[in-house]
Amino acid sequence: MIRENPVLRLMIGLCPVLAVSNNAVNALSMSVAVAFVLICSNFVVAAIRKIVPDEIRIPIFIIVISTFVTISDYVMYAYFQELHHALGVFVPLIVVNCIILGRAEAFAYRNPVLSSLLDGVGMSLGFALALVSIGVIRELLGAGSVFGIQLFSPVVAATIMILPPGAFITIGILMAALNKFENKVQ
Amino acid sequence: MELFGIFFAAFLINNILLIRFIALCSFFGVSTKIDTSVGMSLAVIFVMTISSAVSWVIFHFVLAPFHLEFLRTATFILTIASLVQLEELYMKKTIPALYRAMGIYLPLITTNCAILAVAFLAIDYRFNFVQSMVYSIGVSAGYSLAIVLFAYIRERMALAPIPKWFQGYPIAFITAALMSLAFLGFTNMFGL
Repeated sequence: MIRENPVLRLMIGLCPVLAVSNNAVNALSMSVAVAFVLICSNFVVAAIRKIVPDEIRIPIFIIVISTFVTISDYVMYAYFQELHHALGVFVPLIVVNCIILGRAEAFAYRNPVLSSLLDGVGMSLGFALALVSIGVIRELLGAGSVFGIQLFSPVVAATIMILPPGAFITIGILMAALNKFENKVQ
Repeated sequence: MELFGIFFAAFLINNILLIRFIALCSFFGVSTKIDTSVGMSLAVIFVMTISSAVSWVIFHFVLAPFHLEFLRTATFILTIASLVQLEELYMKKTIPALYRAMGIYLPLITTNCAILAVAFLAIDYRFNFVQSMVYSIGVSAGYSLAIVLFAYIRERMALAPIPKWFQGYPIAFITAALMSLAFLGFTNMFGL
């Protein structure tokens, strides 16, 4: 989960991480959507892997993934309109998130159903961990709150943290910290 | 004037890489050298314009009349994937020089989320055909500007003394943060 963290280590699936991590609630709901799609598509791909011809497996994976993306998009639109508006185009964009297609190709296509499910759970936890911690840091520094609960009044100059540049700074420093931490363990 | 507004907003104010955070994988992946970033920009400009035209036509003349809007995610991604293959074949035959310049970036572009995002955004903003064309040209121009500038900075940075933990991606992110800060300066320009 940490050593092969999809976001901080492997540098994949970056776009939603930076875009929706301006507060902890958005970050958490995005991780839930990604986890849903990742676990379901890993499950289906592993279940049908024996009957899928090798040559056309990628288009088939994409159709499976986009089915689940459409489901989560419409469920969010029906029950959480405000959230759907905040996440915007990033929900349908889950379909091109490299983590999901990558796991379908690299793991679910070669492994039985149960271990693919577990792989989906582990990968989504790693993704959620990175996304929510960035969201919490940015919201705490930029707006002085966590999950919408006000802790202290925000410093005006620190508003930068919830604007686009703050995302880049946070993830850069997190990565450097992870490098240092890993070096120490070794 | 309205078209200029759409172009300018897409080009600088809502720069797809630095402000909207779409297609970042390619932003960090291919920006280590100026050559590769130029090749990628060319491929993006070319594919984005064509694929947003095609997906606009498909949405308004195939999906909307039959009330199949919920199929748009699946339809667009398959359209774009097959379109990229077609363009590759066509260019290999007719414009080999440009094909060589784009090199391996053309097939890679299927997974570039910017292409799909522009197709969606043009629908969400309810653009007509001409507006969506101008929009996609603006977005791809903004993409090229940001990624080529970033590649110039990164080539310079390879020679600079950087603290050990920050080498590689961390410092690239900090650089991107400073560029993004500069692009924030365009906000509210011309009242857009």
